Amino acid sequence: MKLQQLSLFLENRPGRLEAPLAAIAAEGINILTLSLADTAQFGILRLIVRDWEKAKRILEQAGWVVNLTEVVAVDVLDRPGGLAGALRILEDANLNVEYMYAFSLRRDDKAILIFRFEDPDRAIQVLLDQGLHVVDGDELMTFVS
Amino acid sequence: MLTELWNDAEGGFHPASAPDFLPRTALQEVQLRRLRAVVARAYQNVELFRSRMDERGLTPASIQSLQDIQHLPFTVKTDLRDTYPFGLFASPMSDVVRLHASSGTTGKPIVVAYTREDVEVWSEVMARTFASCGLHRGDILQNAFGYGLFTGGLGAHYGGETLGATVIPISGGNTDRQIMLIRDFNVTALCCTPSYFTHMIERARELGIDLRDLSLRIGIFGAEPWTDGMRHHIEAEAGIKAYDIYGLSEIIGPGVASECSAQDGLHVFEDHFYPEIIDPDTGEALPDGEEGELVLTTLSKKAMPMIRYRTRDITRLITEPCSCGRTIRRMRRVGRRSDDMFIIRGVNVFPSQVEAALMAVEGTLPHYQIILTRAGGLDRIAVEVEVTPEVFSDKIRGLEDIRARLAQSIERILGIRVDLRLVEPRTIARSEGKAKRVIDRRNEG
Repeated sequence: MKLQQLSLFLENRPGRLEAPLAAIAAEGINILTLSLADTAQFGILRLIVRDWEKAKRILEQAGWVVNLTEVVAVDVLDRPGGLAGALRILEDANLNVEYMYAFSLRRDDKAILIFRFEDPDRAIQVLLDQGLHVVDGDELMTFVS
Repeated sequence: MLTELWNDAEGGFHPASAPDFLPRTALQEVQLRRLRAVVARAYQNVELFRSRMDERGLTPASIQSLQDIQHLPFTVKTDLRDTYPFGLFASPMSDVVRLHASSGTTGKPIVVAYTREDVEVWSEVMARTFASCGLHRGDILQNAFGYGLFTGGLGAHYGGETLGATVIPISGGNTDRQIMLIRDFNVTALCCTPSYFTHMIERARELGIDLRDLSLRIGIFGAEPWTDGMRHHIEAEAGIKAYDIYGLSEIIGPGVASECSAQDGLHVFEDHFYPEIIDPDTGEALPDGEEGELVLTTLSKKAMPMIRYRTRDITRLITEPCSCGRTIRRMRRVGRRSDDMFIIRGVNVFPSQVEAALMAVEGTLPHYQIILTRAGGLDRIAVEVEVTPEVFSDKIRGLEDIRARLAQSIERILGIRVDLRLVEPRTIARSEGKAKRVIDRRNEG
């Protein structure tokens, strides 16, 4: 039920984002979604890609430090209150979100929320118990292809 | 007896190592005989030594005991620059078979000379070095010290051949080929600078090669100060024993001192190089065991004798017997070189202190660089540290936390605030020889 997310360390200066993205693009790897967190001095690029093992290998061989993290994807209706409803469930269960990002799908009127939890297994149980739809890697790929 | 030990693969002895085990009194007799000869040679053939001894009313006959060495004047690095290129030679050029020179990054290079006999002594002390680190005939030694004007490459080369090892003269650089040959030639021993070897470990990992799976068992590292923390990192990551060796071109090159199986101090090849420890400020000789500047006198050099050469290296001598059985004294590994020291806001700082602080947080030594700048009359110190897989986190908080811990660790040791910057892997230039840890831009622009 969990997705593998790749994280890269980047210095916060012009041109640093393009290089890793070009490296994986050259190998035909498409990005499903990404987020960028930054401070004044550095940033972290987080990527969800289909063939994460290949992408990780390419990036590491090119010299980047790559971290692999398990994240949880949930789909909600792409309308006002869709995200808030999911967050309320997590809050009621006292589950802390380390960070999250979201993207909407081009069909089905759905949005996908990507969550980073300290304890993803417990979070998945809570989400399922509350009737939310947790999207696994294979299913996510069918949504976006 | 020694030959029998030599045939024992684990013995760490070589017939050339015999002087390492001389009784102290016999060793001191050799030292005094050679000291008197080298002082006479220097006095007769080198204007600088003669005039300085004359000024003090000294002649070669003034040397009656080993203690009398303390009356002799010091030689310093600038003496080599001032007499550039050949002013300190004690042999005619027709007897000189080799010249080496420093890179001369801070002005004129320094030039050093060897007669055929000097090359033989050098080969012998390097063979003793390798034997002391556990190498023997049958070992395949990859020599990644730079060949050329730098003494490291050829010094190790001749020593390896004298020992009877199979030497691969690959020199520094071309890291992928270094790793390929370690694997394909079943290399068992390798020598280079410790910083270059950590780069090899890093590159091997990127290439998907685990050095621990290969036949490499011994690393001989020198030409720059390194720490015990770095040794543990190297030994764990490469599955080898890592030994520290010491030397300097002005004295002979590598081969002045070497660790042994005990890895607890470096045995000085005292029958050729007489060590003293002095107070660097007053020049007074210090008793054995006290920390100070290492001063060396070459006891057998012909082409270019050095009398009481001030190395600028801070260490101390250990007189207690070593568990390996060698009777020659040991010196503590050189953690700091007074040349490497820089002063920032009135505080003396050695790169090794920054290294220890980084190691305390990360457990291993990351690639780092110290950058000194001046803005508005105020000196600033920045430490750039490459992010490693071990400390990298997908969370900003995790990275901010490691950055703060690194900065605090350095500030605790140095007592001054530093600007700690995390940088991407491989953005700090790798050295194939001596690592450049400090970039001083305070007098630029």
